[in-house]
Amino acid sequence: MSETKKTDTVAEAAVPKQASAPEERDVLLKVEGLTKHFPIKKGILQRQVGAVKAVDGLDFEVRKGETLGVVGESGCGKSTMGRVITRLQDPTGGKITFEGQDITRLNTGQMRPLRRDIQMIFQDPYGSLNPRHTIGSIVSAPFRLQGVEPEGGVKKEVQRLLALVGLSPEHYNRYPHEFSGGQRQRIGIARALALKPKLVVADEPVSALDVSIQAQVVNLMDDLQQELGLTYVIIAHDLSVVRHVSDRIAVMYLGKIVELADRTSLYESPMHPYTKALMSAVPVPDPKRRGQKSERILLRGDVPSPIAPPSGCRFHTRCWKATQICKTTEPQLVELRPGQRVACHHPENFADQAPQDTVLLTAAKEASELVPDAVLSEGAAGKEPASDKATAAEETAAAEAAASEAVASEEKPASEKEATASEDKQAASTEETASEEEAVSSESASEEEASGEGAAEDEEASEGEEASEDEVASEESAASGVKTGPGAKVSAGKAVPAADAPAEEPATATGAAADAPAEGSGDTEAVAEETGREAEATGKASGADSQESTGK
Amino acid sequence: MTELSKTGAAVGEPTDSGKAPEAFLEVRDLKVHFPTDDGLVKSVDGLSFSLEKGKTLAIVGESGSGKSVTSQAIMGLHRLGTRGKNVRMSGEIWLDGKELVSAAPDEVRKLRGREMAMIFQDPLSAMHPYYKVGDQIVEAYRVHHAVSKKVARTRAIEMLDRVGIPEPAKRVDGYPHEFSGGMRQRAMIAMALVNNPELLIADEPTTALDVTVQAQILDLIRDLQKEFGSAVIMITHDLGVVAEIADDVLVMYGGRCVERGPAGEVFEQPQHPYTWGLLGSMPRIDRETSERLIPVKGSPPSLINVPSGCAFHPRCPYADIPKGNVTRTVRPELEQVSTGHWSACHLSAEDRQRIWTEEIAPKL
Amino acid sequence: MISYILRRTVAAVILLLVVSAVTFAIFFLLPRLAGQTADQLAQQYIGKSPSKADIAAVKHNLGLDQPVYVQYWHFIKGIVAGADYNIGPTTVHCDAPCFGYSFKTHEAVWPQLTSRLPVTISLAVGAAVLWVLSGVAIGVVSALKPRSFFDRAFMGVALAGVSLPMFFTGNLALLLFTYQWPIFGTTYVPFTENPSQWANTLFPAWCSLALLYSAIYARLTRSGMLETMNEDFIRTARAKGLRERNVVVRHGLRAALTPIITVFGMDIGLLLGGALITEYVFSLHGIGEYAVKAITDNDLPPILGVTLLAAFFVVIANLLVDVLYAAADPRVRLS
Repeated sequence: MSETKKTDTVAEAAVPKQASAPEERDVLLKVEGLTKHFPIKKGILQRQVGAVKAVDGLDFEVRKGETLGVVGESGCGKSTMGRVITRLQDPTGGKITFEGQDITRLNTGQMRPLRRDIQMIFQDPYGSLNPRHTIGSIVSAPFRLQGVEPEGGVKKEVQRLLALVGLSPEHYNRYPHEFSGGQRQRIGIARALALKPKLVVADEPVSALDVSIQAQVVNLMDDLQQELGLTYVIIAHDLSVVRHVSDRIAVMYLGKIVELADRTSLYESPMHPYTKALMSAVPVPDPKRRGQKSERILLRGDVPSPIAPPSGCRFHTRCWKATQICKTTEPQLVELRPGQRVACHHPENFADQAPQDTVLLTAAKEASELVPDAVLSEGAAGKEPASDKATAAEETAAAEAAASEAVASEEKPASEKEATASEDKQAASTEETASEEEAVSSESASEEEASGEGAAEDEEASEGEEASEDEVASEESAASGVKTGPGAKVSAGKAVPAADAPAEEPATATGAAADAPAEGSGDTEAVAEETGREAEATGKASGADSQESTGK
Repeated sequence: MTELSKTGAAVGEPTDSGKAPEAFLEVRDLKVHFPTDDGLVKSVDGLSFSLEKGKTLAIVGESGSGKSVTSQAIMGLHRLGTRGKNVRMSGEIWLDGKELVSAAPDEVRKLRGREMAMIFQDPLSAMHPYYKVGDQIVEAYRVHHAVSKKVARTRAIEMLDRVGIPEPAKRVDGYPHEFSGGMRQRAMIAMALVNNPELLIADEPTTALDVTVQAQILDLIRDLQKEFGSAVIMITHDLGVVAEIADDVLVMYGGRCVERGPAGEVFEQPQHPYTWGLLGSMPRIDRETSERLIPVKGSPPSLINVPSGCAFHPRCPYADIPKGNVTRTVRPELEQVSTGHWSACHLSAEDRQRIWTEEIAPKL
Repeated sequence: MISYILRRTVAAVILLLVVSAVTFAIFFLLPRLAGQTADQLAQQYIGKSPSKADIAAVKHNLGLDQPVYVQYWHFIKGIVAGADYNIGPTTVHCDAPCFGYSFKTHEAVWPQLTSRLPVTISLAVGAAVLWVLSGVAIGVVSALKPRSFFDRAFMGVALAGVSLPMFFTGNLALLLFTYQWPIFGTTYVPFTENPSQWANTLFPAWCSLALLYSAIYARLTRSGMLETMNEDFIRTARAKGLRERNVVVRHGLRAALTPIITVFGMDIGLLLGGALITEYVFSLHGIGEYAVKAITDNDLPPILGVTLLAAFFVVIANLLVDVLYAAADPRVRLS
């Protein structure tokens, strides 16, 4: 939670702080438009009928001396990426440049000299060492393969390496099975470092190890980096580990990088909703935080198949902020803030990149049901302090107004869309009144709203929902709805349930309050949320919005 | 035995072994030893704890600490199979007034799956690859209920629906490999809960899953526990998961409990250097990154040659503080630190307090 | 699935063509490469001290004077359309699936094969049932009590079974059970005529053959079961509270048996092509015996026919194994 708060506060204020990312250092490895597809063949003639798009267009660079962390869920292509940039597998397309040399199409022979400079550490300390070879021969293999004769002889050098990674030189003649998992991983590291590589790609280097050993290996890698000036690309699914070791972090989803930023920016103010969800899911060893249960953003379902990834933004099927544009247009990875590149139309903690598009997709509405109010509201709360309190006040006022209207509308059974919308407003308003303070916490709320709306909309308009929404949304957004404070969104979210059963609304209202703006359309709300993050804008806007919404 | 009863007394648990306890689940001085060609593996060596319905106990430890063996001992799984002929078990396990260690195998079998159920780390390998998910759940239900396949199938669909599997009526006929990791674990949970067990043992249920899915599964377990009021034992190595879900924590090292207490206390005021080590080893996502992690030096002990005295002493940075050679010669017993909070360490309370507040806590 | 079977069938036909071509080449091309003339080849078909004219006639009639590929073409054409063989004074017509004509026995190969096939099938299937049942049962029991007396004893017997040649076990069985104590019949009777006598006659042969195979299957099952019973899903099955018997049979054996399907398919396929020694020892007039006789007589057409038939069975068995495997293991997709 604290994290989220931090994020919010930082969002606006902290930008400059982050900006000092390790910029102008020399680029060691540059990757442009990298793709790796695994063909799928079928039928009598074994025609290619499709491809697993494991890696589907990556652009990034690794600077000398830094650690680039790559995170993502299983199946996001991060391991394939690791094998392709080390040329253990051939890329399908794109360009890999290492120290200015294009290595994309080099054959095995041409790659050989480069193998000294690029090394890999693997996950499984049991499978990656040949059980029939002694430690000495495993660690000295790179010398033999490269025909290198180190100063003082191979044996001496190997023993030096063993000492370097914290093993005893006497281990030279032992076999892998005599070592524990942590020690084997050290052996793997010693082998990787034998030829003094410039770049080390480590694929889940510590995930097979026990916690206490994991820390030893993490520290070791850290020390070696400082001692030898290594550059790391560390691929891992454990966000805590990645955060600890990385200078910059790339978040991958379905073969693409959705966010690439320096560590602080990423963890304190993630911009991509996926990054945010991913981080919120990491359990934190602090039972006190359990009380504020469900600050956690639950993503619905599973990662879609990389064979037929979703159109547009690949995350749109699970994103609670997805709108029409997300489905149709793929967001580019652009540098929204110095050192923070994001591929999202509606980023968190930043200005909306497609403010005109406000109608939430059905999927987004469903997704938002799983986004806890707490998260949303917390985020909101965090921001709010930053933003003007005045705004909040305005919002509340507006909300109240809306509420009154809502009440009026309540009387009519909500069968039509409008009715629903009104209900939503009511709910929002009621909630707001109940807990104005909470209302402030609009941001998170907004997400909820979205869901709420989703529900309402679902009822109304599974059919023409988008179209209708678009209209409404556009109007609203243009006017007030969009700009509503985060609170507004919140209310909307809760409103949804309310819409279904108006009587319950007050109860539902929980923290969310502010939603006066909660006009019927969830889209608007969503937009509002985003906007809301920018405190000032939000404040004013929310005032206006709420009023407008009321008007409607 | 003597040592055991001492433990029992020290822990303040009923020393009258043989009598049924008040608690829903009570384990007293459990020992599970496996003779092997290399020597006697003391996987669990004198473990006692109790658990009430509706509560969650997390057993934390690294590989080889005996946490999984404990859970399988409660389920009576060790005595089965080829390994079962050799296992040496002693102590008592009381489940709802019944003693399981001395019970006839078939009695325990009847409880298995009905009163106590288990979910495992890797749901892909834990489900039979050749049978439909639904059929596996049906089987679990029909072992303990004399109902037709049709009735059991309805029940299976109901359970799949309850654990959040979309289109349960369709997925019931799917095979495990057709499910995603998260869905499989949900199906596993459905299978474990199909008989409304009162004790659910979850052995690293989320370790093989992505964080986002892990969050879903933990959420589900919590909800289901609330709904069914069952007792849950969560075996894990991830302190984050512990904080997320546990009421009580039991930290195991070398087959024994080194610290036990309410989760809040154990995280706020951990008493054992090994617990400190675990906390220091974990990179945390919720805090500013400190420069370095504080690992525990060395590796986990061999369960054949458990170090003398305190099993943790070879790795303990504070082993030399207590006077004499006590850490190397005398095995520390659990002592109560505060209500319900026990720790087995030779360090004096003052020393522990000082080390924790001055040396450890600031670095976390 | 259907596309898969189609594709496999096409592949099977191609494979059979290749096998026939290779076999053909071995019998008709290799001798020439080794320096034998068409005359010498033709001489084999005639008998002792033939005249020059006879040789020339045979050579011409059999097409031995033509290039090998033309001969092969005639052979293939014969399978599809039948062929005529001019043997001196008369012309013999060999009906549509014509796999050649033996000039030594003066019989077409195909009718011989079809008449002998039931014997071979009876032998193979009967033995297979025996060895699968006994082998799997022994394997399971051994696996459940590894290193027990039973385990060691049976694995010892199994080793003996593999090592003892059919000449020994077969003749011993014959000696004891057919001649010493005449429990079993000696004359093969088709199943359709008298099933009990059919079984009665074949039983010693089945047992001798099964002894050889069940040893292998017992070992396979044992190692498979040992592995499977350590799988996580066995633990799950036990955690459900299943009786141990159900755990072993429904969960353990089911998974352990699948790989055995593969081996079984191959074995049965091979046996259907003729159990040479067994049929010879027990004087069963099956495909194997036919092959043995042809080989001793240096009679090429029957050898070619038997080879093709055996190849056919192996290919079919392979296909069946794959399909069965997919049916047994839902994770396997045929594509």
